[in-house]
Amino acid sequence: MSLVGDTAVWLGDLAHYRGVDGVPHRLAEHLALTGIAVGVAALVGLPVGLLLGHLRRGGTVVTALTNASRAVPTLGVLIIFSSIASIGIGNRAAVYALVLFAIPPILVNTYVGIAGVDREVVEAARGMGMGEAAVLLQVELPLARGLVVAGLRTAVVQVIATATLAAYVGGGGLGTFVNNGYGRQDYAQVLGGAVWIAGLALAAEIVLAGLQRLVTPAALRTGPVGAA
Amino acid sequence: MATAACIRANDWFCPAYLTQDSDQVVAAVRSHVELTAYALGLALLVAVPLALVVRRSRTGRLIALGIGGIVYTIPSLALFVLLGPVFGFTSSLPVIVALAAYDVQVLLRQLLVGLDEVPADVVEAAVGTGYGRLALLTRVELPLALPALLAGLRLAAVSTIALVTVGAVIGHGGIGALLFAGFSNDYKAQQLTSLVLVVLLALAVDLLLQLALRVLTPWRRAVGRPA
Repeated sequence: MSLVGDTAVWLGDLAHYRGVDGVPHRLAEHLALTGIAVGVAALVGLPVGLLLGHLRRGGTVVTALTNASRAVPTLGVLIIFSSIASIGIGNRAAVYALVLFAIPPILVNTYVGIAGVDREVVEAARGMGMGEAAVLLQVELPLARGLVVAGLRTAVVQVIATATLAAYVGGGGLGTFVNNGYGRQDYAQVLGGAVWIAGLALAAEIVLAGLQRLVTPAALRTGPVGAA
Repeated sequence: MATAACIRANDWFCPAYLTQDSDQVVAAVRSHVELTAYALGLALLVAVPLALVVRRSRTGRLIALGIGGIVYTIPSLALFVLLGPVFGFTSSLPVIVALAAYDVQVLLRQLLVGLDEVPADVVEAAVGTGYGRLALLTRVELPLALPALLAGLRLAAVSTIALVTVGAVIGHGGIGALLFAGFSNDYKAQQLTSLVLVVLLALAVDLLLQLALRVLTPWRRAVGRPA
């Protein structure tokens, strides 16, 4: 028996691409979880990052918060949220946990991008009579665009990874294939699911890396920006 | 021993949990530390020679960091599982190797930064004093790159400690096993205590590595201090 062959057969079997337990539906769930979580996190992280970056305040707190968030196991938060009676198991607990972990990369990159804009450029804009809102939106934000997108990119890739765990707390997404496959010792299904998960993460990374390059002002392109 | 009231009430916060199930907790923490140590050790064994091989080659760097970047993007759950056919689906090796692979990327990047930043005049002075290639590397370049390497090691250690928990999915998750058990038994104190233990472990290792940096680089302490 060849596991690789079995996995290829599993991936090619059209029966696995139909219905609630099919790849398209699980993929859609995965994308919905990711989209909602990153969307909500952006609604929080972007304005706060823009404001703090513009004021050039709170950098220490933002960095400390981001570093501390790395030490927190996502699986633990996911499980605890599912066990809180008012949240319950399922996708809702997953979204709450995902939002929590998507905020730090968006916040820190937006902050660093805005606060890192050359002071002289900002002063020149003020000297020309620009108001604070105009300085932020017409000068600082365009210059910081690359890093803002870098933050979103890190958040998306990280949320796609964490969303695989939703299946373990009664939720959906592509992690269900790994969870169900293990339960039945159906390793072709386990591997087939893992291939889809890895493919989705890599595709998101490639698309967003391209987008980041596209929106970064040419003069600021200095090769790949280190992931946060 | 009577069951503590907070356990009977299934409270979130219950210090009595630690004494009640101390054997289980100690075993979980030990396995968590072991998995982390194996992953970091393996990553160092790979990253240091790899950095020395690719440091002078642009293509070598691009290939090493490129492959590392691809592996780094693959979610841990998927990577654990994808290593199953090689190491076995119920072995701890997929967890160790996958986490080591992430760590190699972090360590390699930091090592290259550290080696690149060794001042050229320092290297020249050492060569002029008669240092051979090996002595230059082990007694000048690597010590000067140590702060960058340790910064990478801190980052790798903290994220590895958090990620080990996901290994519980394939039966090797250290404290992650307690999280899962707490979830299936609706045992709230076990869940919260496990989460706190993982965070404390990460912070403790982080502090230890900061301390190691101070001890290993005595020359840095003199910098910036008035004579």
